[in-house]
Amino acid sequence: MTGELTTSGRAERGEPVDSDIDLHEPAHRTELARSHGAILVVIALGGALGALARYGLARLWPTPPGGFPWATFLTNVLGCFLIGVLMVLVTELWSAHPLVRPFLGVGVLGGFTTFSTYANDIRALLTPGTIVTAFVYFGLTLLCALSATLIAVRFTRWAHAATRRPGRGRA
Amino acid sequence: MTVVLITLGAMIGAPLRYLTDRAVQTRHDSVFPWGTFTVNLAGCLLLGGISGAALSTPWMMLVGTGFCGALTTYSTFSYETVRLAEQRTYLYAALNIVTSLVAGLGATLLAYTAVHALTA
Repeated sequence: MTGELTTSGRAERGEPVDSDIDLHEPAHRTELARSHGAILVVIALGGALGALARYGLARLWPTPPGGFPWATFLTNVLGCFLIGVLMVLVTELWSAHPLVRPFLGVGVLGGFTTFSTYANDIRALLTPGTIVTAFVYFGLTLLCALSATLIAVRFTRWAHAATRRPGRGRA
Repeated sequence: MTVVLITLGAMIGAPLRYLTDRAVQTRHDSVFPWGTFTVNLAGCLLLGGISGAALSTPWMMLVGTGFCGALTTYSTFSYETVRLAEQRTYLYAALNIVTSLVAGLGATLLAYTAVHALTA
């Protein structure tokens, strides 16, 4: 248990949970000043890719009026799984290029997942005939999204540890 | 055309989320992820409003699917909640879930109802 978070100093110090940047570290704080344009450009490009992927999925799997919004559900749960994998990789295991996290985490996954459509879908389902769907969608998305992130974080750490100890990987 | 509108909206929404998150987190020295809370609340308010106004499809693609979709995020909300729980600040994790959902849904409903009433 003790080694669980030791690779991430921020966690131990109880500092703000900010997936993008740690504003307490001067080097991070100046990140924007040094490469202001590049970071915003990769976030914009990633955000567009993520949003188009979300739209594509919604087109492939349209929600009938009053139906369960499966496309948005899948988008959010998948995005929550992928951010768990990505954040462990770039903050704990790799020293990735400074633009990798803004592009993939803030841009692609941030643009792919959506909180506003989730809320607006629930709002649209709050009619007497579809109120059960509204509550199931509300609770199921939250439960699956948080579980997906937690499983992804734990799995990525486990997989990394297992590959680092090939002889004992199956233990 | 739809692809262009979504791309344009997302290319403004995603960087704005990043800048808002940084601006808010710099001013609030707290473990609570106020930055993500702020963008999600703002996006819910805007999407609720434009749904209430029943805008035409191109506007919904630009502002709804593109801008609001890229401005708001479920992945960062989920990741920050899991991180709060891993740091054993369970109260903050629970508060983040409750306040984000209550505020997000409340803002959506409020904006939708108000704009729908005004434009009806």
